[in-house]
Amino acid sequence: MEVGRLPISASQRGKLIAAGYTTLSSFSSLSPSHLARDLKISDNEAAEIMRVASHSRRLDGSAGGCGTVNGAQTAWDMLHEEEMFPRITTSCVDLDNILGGGINCKEVTEIGGVPGIGKTQLGIQLAINVQIPVDYGGLGGKAIYIDTEGSFMVERALQIAEACIEDMSECGGLLRKDFQACQLKMHPNNILENIFYFRVCSYTEQIALINYLDKFISEHKDVKIVIVDSVTFHFRQDFDDMALRTRLLSGMALKLMKLAKDFSLAVVLLNQVTTKYIDGSFQLTLALGDSWSHSCTNRVILYWNGNERYAYIDKSPSLRSASAPYSVTSKGIRNSASNCKRIKMM
Amino acid sequence: MANKQISQMGLPKSIANVFAARNVFTAKDALSLTEFELMELLDVGLAQITSAVAHISEIVCPPYQTALSLMELRVQNEHLAGHLPTHMKGLDEALCGGIPFGVLTELVGPAGIGKTQFCLKLSLLASLPASYGGLDGHVIYIDVESKFSSRRLIEIGVKSFPEIFHRKGMAQEMAGRIHVLRPASLSEFTESLQQIKVSLLQNQVKLLVIDSMAALVTGEFEHGAPRQNTLGWHISFIKSLAEFSRIPVVVTNQVRSQSRDETCHYYFQVQSWNEAIKDRTRHDSHLVAALGINWAHAVTIRLVLEAKSGQRFIKVAKSPISPPLAFPFNITSSGILLLSDDGTELTGPDIYAIHCQGHNDIINFGGESLQ
Repeated sequence: MEVGRLPISASQRGKLIAAGYTTLSSFSSLSPSHLARDLKISDNEAAEIMRVASHSRRLDGSAGGCGTVNGAQTAWDMLHEEEMFPRITTSCVDLDNILGGGINCKEVTEIGGVPGIGKTQLGIQLAINVQIPVDYGGLGGKAIYIDTEGSFMVERALQIAEACIEDMSECGGLLRKDFQACQLKMHPNNILENIFYFRVCSYTEQIALINYLDKFISEHKDVKIVIVDSVTFHFRQDFDDMALRTRLLSGMALKLMKLAKDFSLAVVLLNQVTTKYIDGSFQLTLALGDSWSHSCTNRVILYWNGNERYAYIDKSPSLRSASAPYSVTSKGIRNSASNCKRIKMM
Repeated sequence: MANKQISQMGLPKSIANVFAARNVFTAKDALSLTEFELMELLDVGLAQITSAVAHISEIVCPPYQTALSLMELRVQNEHLAGHLPTHMKGLDEALCGGIPFGVLTELVGPAGIGKTQFCLKLSLLASLPASYGGLDGHVIYIDVESKFSSRRLIEIGVKSFPEIFHRKGMAQEMAGRIHVLRPASLSEFTESLQQIKVSLLQNQVKLLVIDSMAALVTGEFEHGAPRQNTLGWHISFIKSLAEFSRIPVVVTNQVRSQSRDETCHYYFQVQSWNEAIKDRTRHDSHLVAALGINWAHAVTIRLVLEAKSGQRFIKVAKSPISPPLAFPFNITSSGILLLSDDGTELTGPDIYAIHCQGHNDIINFGGESLQ
């Protein structure tokens, strides 16, 4: 492995190369003090360089030996893990069906649509549904709601929370007549208490917050969903350097994916739309450009089809492209009225 | 927050000096670079960069609140939990109390439909004492098209609240709380916005009205992309003004006709797209809100005023807290009067369409007329 690929500072790298060490094996057997004398740096610095080098070597996999690569997981293990985590329901059966049961934990899902289609509504619904207790088929987790536009209205969250509790009590009555111990004692205020609300006013704060989430979630381990509403707003106003924007957005997407994976939570990013000139006419497409469209694992587009709201799975490694109708009612996201199905609870 | 100085963040001296030596002074500068770029720039190891960035992020990151504490704060501190009642019962119920604080509410509609009338009524309501359902505060009215009529304002006041306005000196006091600004260009508007931010808390300003936003950019640029980007900074600024001062901000917008090129479909909606091409005549009579889709995303509540078959309607086209309801209304001497408090619920394209049929019979106030 070339010394040029080690994550050390440029001047240290320069000194290593100048002293003739171009590969890892050339100095890995030296003692730190020997290296320090050769490079004319302090003992501590040399020890640090050697530590970084041995760490990189381990990650690369050794030549003869175990056969598995460090840090990898077999596909079989991953399948079992996936089955352990229930998905987060959207309260609309059709929508859940095309999503394979709901929003998946450990993945980043992007949801975009025209203004007024129900993105914030879906975001609030998910923030509440993640709190459905395990006994009722939910995750019993908490939610982080990152609001960049100021569209989170507490009154609406209260309405949806009350409706969710009502639905659960109804369902509890039907399914668990004998289970006296499992009385639902949730109050809408309890639900509101479990939503951590951050208001972000600039893209710097957005990046800082996503960096900080690592520490925050380690302290609040029961957070199971992070909703960003919307990820676009601050990156659309007033950004002169588009290349910088692309770099920042992809950095952010990677950090979010890492968060989703490390803490096994769902990340939902709400996006806006823009018009794009393709094939001689304007078409609607999600904002933030082509490079961003690669960043998220799943992509759902909400749109109007005649008089109904529909959701379309635009991109997913495991779900088929399909659309499903849904509606926004005073109780939140529900099945579309024209389908006349009773809501089947988990 | 973004412009916070790195030197004041309590980083270990050595690394703080390195940041300053390489012209990375504010948090914004530091966070705009990826960690590898910082490593190259500052010539420091990755572990140190990671911990420095984590430290900076923690300091710049906004504090959190639970949704519950948010609600309790608003219920305790604010009038009607953060709403300005419009005295139109149906609309107030739909909006959970009235025009909400801290967010942008947009009024859009064809010329002469009653947007300025609505704004005048709202300004009056905000200046009324709390005992009459007002906010007892000052109002800043940014009048771009010179449509503000103080005579009409007093008329609305006298007809709607005769008990207050017939008392001596009350009309003067109420009208004295409404401050009218008349910026002649976008740059003047930008300047006055910044001054407003400063005086917002001092003068007990409880409402900001901008009439109209579209007029600021018409005449500066042609249609299309430039208009959207010009207002980018203003949109963010006005939204943050609304939020940090927790006041309602009402903005009016104009309409324009939908051009032939505009479809509102995605690539996977090919079938409906082909139908739309055949149906072009339908498009020509359609009006859409000006200022583009970026603006449409930025406003939180959109109230569309339109005319169908000679009857005016006010409908809640976009709102996170209400269903899409339409209420018929008339303009009277006391402002806007809803003809029915039970709105009709709308679905699909009707929610966003702006109709302008049979709209010739309108009342002239201070020179408003349909061309």
